[in-house]
Amino acid sequence: MTQTAQIQSIIDRFVHSDQRGALLPLLHEIQEELGFIAPGAVPLIADALLISRAEVHGVISFYPDFRTEPPARHVIKLCRAESCQARGGAAIEAELSHHLGVAMGHARKDGQVALEPVYCLGLCAIGPNAMVDDRPVARIDSAAIGRIAGEVEA
Amino acid sequence: MMRIFVSKDMASVALGADSLAEAFASAGCEVVRTGSRGLFAIEPLAEVETDEGRIAYGPVGPNDVSAVLDGSHPARIGRIEDHPFFSGQQRFTFARCGVTDPLSLSDYAAHGGWKGLETALGLSPQAVVDAVKASGLRGRGGAGFPTGIKWQTVLDAAADEKFIICNADEGDSGTFADRMLIEGDPFCLIEGMAIASHAVGASHGYIYIRSEYPSAIAAMREAIARSATKIAPFTLEVRVGAGTYVCGEETALLESIEGKRGEVRAKPPLPAVEGLFGRPTVINNVLSLAAVPFILAEGAQAYAEVGFGRSRGTMPVQIAGNVKNGGLYEIGFGVTLGELVNQIGGGTASGRPVRAVQVGGPLGAYFPPSMFHLPFDYEAFAEAGGLIGHAGITVFDDTVDMAHMARFAMEFCAVESCGKCTPCRIGSTRGTELIDRIVAKAPRAAGTLETLPQMRNARTAARSHEEEIDLLRDLCDTMKHGSLCALGGFTPYPVLSALDHFPEDFGSGHALTEAAE
Repeated sequence: MTQTAQIQSIIDRFVHSDQRGALLPLLHEIQEELGFIAPGAVPLIADALLISRAEVHGVISFYPDFRTEPPARHVIKLCRAESCQARGGAAIEAELSHHLGVAMGHARKDGQVALEPVYCLGLCAIGPNAMVDDRPVARIDSAAIGRIAGEVEA
Repeated sequence: MMRIFVSKDMASVALGADSLAEAFASAGCEVVRTGSRGLFAIEPLAEVETDEGRIAYGPVGPNDVSAVLDGSHPARIGRIEDHPFFSGQQRFTFARCGVTDPLSLSDYAAHGGWKGLETALGLSPQAVVDAVKASGLRGRGGAGFPTGIKWQTVLDAAADEKFIICNADEGDSGTFADRMLIEGDPFCLIEGMAIASHAVGASHGYIYIRSEYPSAIAAMREAIARSATKIAPFTLEVRVGAGTYVCGEETALLESIEGKRGEVRAKPPLPAVEGLFGRPTVINNVLSLAAVPFILAEGAQAYAEVGFGRSRGTMPVQIAGNVKNGGLYEIGFGVTLGELVNQIGGGTASGRPVRAVQVGGPLGAYFPPSMFHLPFDYEAFAEAGGLIGHAGITVFDDTVDMAHMARFAMEFCAVESCGKCTPCRIGSTRGTELIDRIVAKAPRAAGTLETLPQMRNARTAARSHEEEIDLLRDLCDTMKHGSLCALGGFTPYPVLSALDHFPEDFGSGHALTEAAE
């Protein structure tokens, strides 16, 4: 099945489900299945939900979770909020960024790993914290950085 | 077969609870996964069911299993209820969290679940609203608006359909109570929403959970599926956020559920009158709705008896950041900030002196230890130039640079601003630049515009340091009074409190060491 056909089949499911305000759940679903929201999805969504392409684009670009390009193979979301800062988060960010060879907010050129900021994971008494792909990691120190780096290089 | 209780809360999992649970299962134990008890210094925690009650051990790992099972492990805590962190709490909302299997309907019913809903269904909608009013419950999301009054407005509004929305977009750093409750006792929130639906005549409800909380989303969806017949004909649906802080603002949240950009709406009209899809809508925080089953089951009086001044009932306080005994501590209003940070929290994790605490998330004020006498109370905090917010306390030791934290508050506002109003969208960026100049002691000199020959009255001298600080205060004043919502409107709290209480970090006033001498 082509990507366009895949997107269309997800859209058809949503249109038939009669869900009100379906745009966000639909975008989440497309990203969940395909990893990102291809630009080609925008006119298809607009047609199905009877809204303009500008409205669809506006929503995709407003919410940081939605990507318009394929993600790196591994994504590390490191918390930058106050509670993690109080526990040495800035030093951990610098060390992790150096160790992985990628700047905060970027994906490495080889597409292996991306380091993204997140503002709070709700684990605020045991920081610094990160989500490594889908796994929460707390109390990150130098040893943990080594383990995380090993995991995402594999 | 021995029964062992191990939390599957996201924080416990981050500390290694999954491998602990697996190790007990391999040793032939029956493992029950619960929510978290709420004290992370003793996690991963294992509780062993015995004739004397549940005996806790923690922190323990997979290699400690045999020593825990034969009772010889040195990390033996005993009964959790007797531990000093827990014995002083008043757990009204979090009574079941950490005790029961969160997704077991029989556990929920056996521990007092559905009593509030049964009571409510025997009362008229007005009587339910009256009970919530009499309890003195105020919005736990931060604004502290009386919940009963909000419900009354929706009850009185005539409409063909009404909605109940639970705001679980808990984006404040230092807060995790919503997440813990949804993961640890989701039926409690469902019961609170079902009571609200009966009280105001709503048919459908939404729970808006941030995408950063995947475990909470999964737990809530499963809990809704399991309890659907219990709350029928009322129906519930989870909506997932997409990484924006501003959608925790109630009108931005409404826009987001409607499938639009999460931009703030001007108020009025209030959501209680014209909310989701233009219909009257109750929108409450997780903790407000989860307090309601207790109020209906035990009576409004039992809830209102606890508290301080006009802040009635209990608050699940979250002690976070650089603190030794971080976690969730539910207690009646009136406890002092110092008790929470020093006695209960045990001071900093680093062992260094506490320099500042931020109360109420990224939009809350920073307080120095000289203000630790403040009682936890909406009015007392407002008078002191701060707010309780969602009751998260972030502790910082003496290595913190408060000018840096003030700059971060502005930077955060710039990142998260929805862009609809100018003071927030532009003010936050100008504020970041201004604080940078203040810290660098590089006041703004005349630019290209001021030096043009026709700008005869323009000032060409550089601003002084004091003038730059005055400008920052002026900007904060504009943001506070000119922003559409609390994001731009409250960002001045951390900035001004840092400036007022820690002027030495901004290169003015007396340096800390001089003041100490």
